[in-house]
Parts: sequence; C-alpha cells; structure tokens
Amino acid sequence: MAITMTKGQTGLTGNAAIAVAMKQINPDVCAAYPITPSTTVIEDFSSYVADGKVTTELITVESEHSAMSACIGASAAGARVMTATSAQGLALMWEMLYIASGMRLPIILTNVNRALSAPINIHCDHSDSMGARDSGWIQIYSETVQEGYDNLIQAVRIAEDERVLLPAMVCLDGFITSHAIENIALLEDEDVKKFVGEYRAQNSLLDTDKPSTYGAMTLPDVYINFKHQQSQAIARAKEVVIEVGKEFGKKFGRTYALFDAYRLEDAEAAIVILNSAAGTTKVAVDELRKQGKLVGALRPRLFRPFPFKEIADALSHVKAIAVLDRADSMSGFGGPVFNEVRSALYDADKRPKVMSRIYGLGGRDYKVKDALGVFNELQKVLETGKVETLQKYITI
Amino acid sequence: MENYIEVRWHGRAQQGIVTAAKVLGEACLRSGKFVQAFPEFGPERMGAPVRAYNRISDEPIRLHCQVTEPGYVLIADPTLISAVNLTEGALENAIFIVNTPKGAKELRAELGLNEKKALVYTLDATKISFETIGRVMPNTPMLGALAKVTAFITLDALVDNFKENYAKKYSPKVIEGNVAAMNRGYEEVKGE
Repeated sequence: MAITMTKGQTGLTGNAAIAVAMKQINPDVCAAYPITPSTTVIEDFSSYVADGKVTTELITVESEHSAMSACIGASAAGARVMTATSAQGLALMWEMLYIASGMRLPIILTNVNRALSAPINIHCDHSDSMGARDSGWIQIYSETVQEGYDNLIQAVRIAEDERVLLPAMVCLDGFITSHAIENIALLEDEDVKKFVGEYRAQNSLLDTDKPSTYGAMTLPDVYINFKHQQSQAIARAKEVVIEVGKEFGKKFGRTYALFDAYRLEDAEAAIVILNSAAGTTKVAVDELRKQGKLVGALRPRLFRPFPFKEIADALSHVKAIAVLDRADSMSGFGGPVFNEVRSALYDADKRPKVMSRIYGLGGRDYKVKDALGVFNELQKVLETGKVETLQKYITI
Repeated sequence: MENYIEVRWHGRAQQGIVTAAKVLGEACLRSGKFVQAFPEFGPERMGAPVRAYNRISDEPIRLHCQVTEPGYVLIADPTLISAVNLTEGALENAIFIVNTPKGAKELRAELGLNEKKALVYTLDATKISFETIGRVMPNTPMLGALAKVTAFITLDALVDNFKENYAKKYSPKVIEGNVAAMNRGYEEVKGE
C-alpha cells in the first residue's frame, strides 16, 4: 500500500482505499472469499485484522455462497457486517443476496465490477452487479478511487438507517479503478467513526429478552406484505442517500447526490454512463464544448433504487440521449441502464430520443474517441429527428 | 487532454515496472501533481512482456482509459525489441529510455526510429542495479534516468519519496542501494 502526502492527499489504488475505509469503519464481522479483482480489498483488510488495527472477526470461508451466508448470520445476530467480491463471486452469492435483503439486513458489500464467464475474463464490465439489480440491494456506483472510498463510508449510514434497513453494495470498476493508483484525500479515523456511528440492530437473534425470528416460512397470507414493505423501504432509501450525501459534503467538503450531471443544463445531446467511463466521457464533452456543441453527460450514482423522477427531470430538456451500458441484458433490447432511463423518460412532455450503446465488455477500452463517436451519432439524431440505430455495440 | 504527461513502461514480469510506475506516481503526487499509475494485467507469469502506465497532470485526471499515445516510453528489457511493438502509438517527439549497454544511436536504429524526431537515451540499468542493489532490478536506475532527461520529476523528489515511504517496508541497506541506483541512473544515462 502506497502512502504519499501532498496537500493532504495520498496515492492509493481503489482496493487499498476500500480496505482503508473498512479499517476506519471497523465492522464487527467480515466474511469473504477472494476473487480477482476484489482480492486485494480483503488481502489488505486481513492485514489490518492480523495487526490488531481493527477488532473485526474475519471469517475465511470456502466459497462466496458461504461468505454471504456467514454475513447473513452475523448480521441477524446484530453485527455490523462487510464483505467484498467480484463477478462469479457475486453470482455464487445470488440466492443469499435475496435472503439478505428479504431479512432486511444492512450488510455492506464492495463489488469490484468484473465480467461474468463464459468466456472467462477477469476485466471490467457491469454484468455482475447488473445481474443483482433486482435482488433488493441498494446499489451505489463510483467513478473514482476517491468516490469508492467516500461511497463505502456513506453506504453504512444509508443501509443502517431505520427507514431503510437493507443491504447495500458499492460498485467500482475492476482494474480501471481497483488497481489504479489515484490521488485520494482520506478522512481521519475519528471522523469516520463518528460519521458511521454505532450500529444497534433493532432485532437481534442473540437478544433473548426480545426474541425474534428471521426468514420464517410465510404463506400467501403474508409473503406479499413482507415484499410490499421491502419495496417501500428501498424506495425510501433515495431520500436517505440524498441526506447522507449532503451531510458528508457538509462535514468533509465532498457532496454527493443521486447522480452527477455534467454540463447538462443547456445540453441538446447527452451520454448517460456509469462509473469510471464517465470521466473519459466528460473529457469528450469538454472537447466538443470548445467547438460550441451543446453536449453533456449524466452519471447515475444511485442505481438501486432507481431515481427515475430526478433523472427524467435532469434529462427531459435534452433532445438526443445515448445510454451507454457496460453490460447487456441479453433481451435483444439494449442494456439495463438504457431500459431504466428510457422508461423514466416516457412521461416527459417532450420525450427525448434515446438510444442504447453497449461498450467496454470484458475490459475493452473506452476512449475519448469512442465518446466522440457516440456524440457524432447524436448530432445526426438532432439533425434528422430520427434514431437510425436504436441499439448496437460500440468499441468493437 | 494536452495537459497530461503520459508514460508507458515496458518490461518483463518480475522486473519491477509496475512498482516503478507506482513509485513515479507517488513521487509526482508528493510534488503536488495529480497522478494515475496502473498496470496492464494479462497472463501473469515470470518473464512475460508486461506494461504499466502513468498519467501526470496539474489538474485532476478524469480519463480512465489506457495510455495509447505516450510521450515517454521506458524499456526495462532490450530483448523486448524483437518481441513487442515498443514504439506503437508513441508521440512524434516521444522520449525513449532503454536499459541496454549499447549507445543511443544504435538503439534508435534498433527501435526503427531513424527517420523520427523521437529522442533516445540509454543506460545500463541491469549493471547499475546489480552493483547497487545486489540484484537485477532495472526499474530503479531508470527512474533516476527519467529525472535526468525530463522536467516533470526531479531526482530529489524520487529519492525523498523513496526514503520516506519505503523505510518501513525495506531495510536501510535496501533503501541505500535503491537511492544509489537512482543516483547512478541519473548520472549515467546518455543521449546521442
């Protein structure tokens, strides 16, 4: 782990920064199984455990299914619980993800985004977390090393909020963010401790004075009522994300919102894109702005729950939009973010033209010229008022 | 985009170029710069050709793509010349620093840069590292050479960063050896 200081900044990889955040949060339990590219999160964190820097009970298990199972047990017992994984690891957790959210357990998971097999690939795309988008977990996406760190700290507050009580995953791009050293301003240990506060579970399995049951058999008479409550809870998470992002900004100077709108106010054409590729897109936006083109970008930060109203409001004045997905829904109808954004815009008075572009699967590089190419296509849509190709793959 | 300094490191796995990119990034950050240092991951086996990159800027770096048009190319292993396209995408006026006992003029020809404006520098980083650190670790003298032929990083910044940040990780003897390697890289690098 690299520590250098200039103007209060340090150079850390995304994974090292996540491990530092975990150290500062000092969860009661961490159960994990290593998988590339998230491995070094737990590698670093296990050093903190071994060196006595944290009081966390580290449980090394034999699979990700067991990792999430152990997280669920510990969380139901009233512990603050964290883990990290990627790709096949998240896929192997799949059945347990639903159990965590159904039991309303505020487990925090860092997902270092990586492509799903087959063919096998260790590099970045979002097919892993997109596969978990309906699992009832809050999903927060991160553009940079700094944001990954900041998001993890905020995720604890969001997940554990009494209005929410749901598990949350913080996503950052495999290798591009997880293994790249970037400037980062770390918070003081004491500040993080104060910000996340102490976790007191409302219903602990170990509280024998107030016995409770988790995940019991439910028949048609109540199951849907549980799900109704869960659905309301994740919808409420949106307000909590806003509150926590503002409070974080007030205390530490970096404010976070539901999404990051870049030069969007007067934009006629815009790209919507998640995570690290948004930075590259912003560089393309600046290039085109220099030529007088009215272009912008929107990077969703909160994807679950999906802030459909706010995103629609931010985009409704834009005439042509390309939603770039680093995952394919394999539905024959574009990527997952595309479908959400397009659906959110259905009720807009002047419905923008929206097209789907799939990019960067399995770590394929997404360059400024790729973003410029998409803006070029959007320019044609502006001129003709027609979308010629609704969906296609780019960067191939 | 024109404000970025982009560096590409070529080496073979275990020659320390990923660490070199990391150390360069740290030293630049310490000098008040915004930095990125990242490796290119592929099949990880000893001796396989590997690459690592740096981006250095006075402003926050938003690009998150590969470095494809480097202004600086550092080659830790001259046997890569016949195995990898080392000049691919390099800027017209790129600076090449090569670990080799040969002269810069000879290397220019070997790299196919005779008709190009690129500047070529060489140093025997293998020999220097063997004599200072006690084993073949060409990345360290190459960092010193980079400080000599460029303006964006100084030898002092490299040395100070190494002394401060690696004192816990390495013994004083190893630190001393690495600092000596940087100094000799700085002194012994030669152009045409």
